[in-house]
Amino acid sequence: MDEFIASLGSPLIMGILLGGLYAVIALGLSLVFGVMRLLNVAHGDLVIFGSYFAYLVITFLGIDPILSLVLGIPFLFLIGFAIQKFLMARAFKLSMEAPLIIAFGISLVLENVYQIMFSPMSRGISTSYSMESFVLGRIYIPIVYVLNFIAALLVMVSLHAFLKRTYLGQAIIAASQDAVAAQLKGINTARIFAMTFGIAGATAAVAGVFLGLTFPFTPISGISFLIVAFGVVILGGLGSVLGTFMGGMILGLAQTLGAHFFGSAAQMLILDIMVLVILAVRPQGLFGR
Amino acid sequence: MLKVGSIDAFYGSLQVLWDVSIEIKPGEIVAIIGSNGSGKSTLLNVISGIIHPARGSIVFRGMDITSMDPFQIVGLGISQVPEGRRIFPDMTVFENLRIGSYSRGARSKREENLKHVYRLFPRLEERRNQIAKTLSGGERQMMMIGSALMSDPKLLLLDEMSLGLSPLVVNEIYKVMKEIRSKGITIIFVEQNVRRTLNEAERAYILETGRIVLSGKAEALREEEKVKKAYFGTR
Repeated sequence: MDEFIASLGSPLIMGILLGGLYAVIALGLSLVFGVMRLLNVAHGDLVIFGSYFAYLVITFLGIDPILSLVLGIPFLFLIGFAIQKFLMARAFKLSMEAPLIIAFGISLVLENVYQIMFSPMSRGISTSYSMESFVLGRIYIPIVYVLNFIAALLVMVSLHAFLKRTYLGQAIIAASQDAVAAQLKGINTARIFAMTFGIAGATAAVAGVFLGLTFPFTPISGISFLIVAFGVVILGGLGSVLGTFMGGMILGLAQTLGAHFFGSAAQMLILDIMVLVILAVRPQGLFGR
Repeated sequence: MLKVGSIDAFYGSLQVLWDVSIEIKPGEIVAIIGSNGSGKSTLLNVISGIIHPARGSIVFRGMDITSMDPFQIVGLGISQVPEGRRIFPDMTVFENLRIGSYSRGARSKREENLKHVYRLFPRLEERRNQIAKTLSGGERQMMMIGSALMSDPKLLLLDEMSLGLSPLVVNEIYKVMKEIRSKGITIIFVEQNVRRTLNEAERAYILETGRIVLSGKAEALREEEKVKKAYFGTR
């Protein structure tokens, strides 16, 4: 029995740490949906953009990938901002489906650009600390996983404070609840939507770097991580930072515990079954309103 | 203060306003009266910039605002309380009020205006940390008016604020309206209830199917035969 409990330590800790990464990956998807009601199917590809960006920076400039975020965050913010301002804003005027189709288009374009620039080969971001681990009793915890979790906490706490305490953040929340009423409060909703997409891009930059440090990625990895982000958002409920964080934890735990009990071949199956059950029983998500 | 000149306005291909002109002087309290579908709310939305008129012009304090966007118009000092009590349901009462001071000019006066709003509606201060969707209808309306005052307006547009509220609450809100006006804020309010409205306003415009059919001083309109016949049911 003691042996059984002790053997659970590793998947529990790893699941929670991995959950942090999953939450950051999902954050931008949740934010854009919460504010603009758009399912941005290109979000996974934006995350992979962040991964390739960090890969280029470390390969050609030798700058640490986490440090490279000083460039990556503003860069992906601008890309997100531009996508909303120049593409989505027009698409929203046409119909409900048009922005979704544009998002599919962006996804296809990005994936093909990655293929051309980086070949279909799998890449990874490796640093001096990539292979290092903490030892906690009999449990080995890769440093990268700990960094994932710290980054997740930082992103979540700062995004929450930004949304709650600043005029800009409150304008984003107001616009998400009633866009016309927000305009009557003096809010330029077109600009707010572009800012929201930009912030989603900035979170994708962070997610991309830590994803690249944790897993190998290919030009089409965006889709797999989009599905992970869907899972997080379905579990946690859309549009809430805390819900997204909890959704990430649950997904991470489901994956590591699933692998522990049923073997690693079954881990994604456990995850998908959970998502289906939640969709059937509580479609607004565990923490959704 | 505000001059709306010969406005035609459409919803899609449906014309809602026909050649509507109104003029408001500083410090006035003016009512727009009309039945459902007469175009009252559309007129307010045209002033606020939510709908742009197909013809005509809107001039506010000497500035042509006809083609401006709502957020610019709020910045100039026109604040609308839309009908249907469109609150931000998942924000707290305080957050609903604070977002009212979003415009650049209003931010520096936030604390002052917040005190004013809490003085007008002490209940909002008691409930400041409550989630807005848990408020009663009357409290929501008070919060909406409070939030509009947070933008430090010179002209306040109130759309059917008595709709669905108990007479007691309506009395309270009309009392506050008078107080707001005594602070020098000009008020245009829209209502269906003719008798009550003509008691509260100085002047009124009566809209019928998108056209202004009568206008003048409130007491004169009360005596007007056509108004009596059409709205009070007396002969």
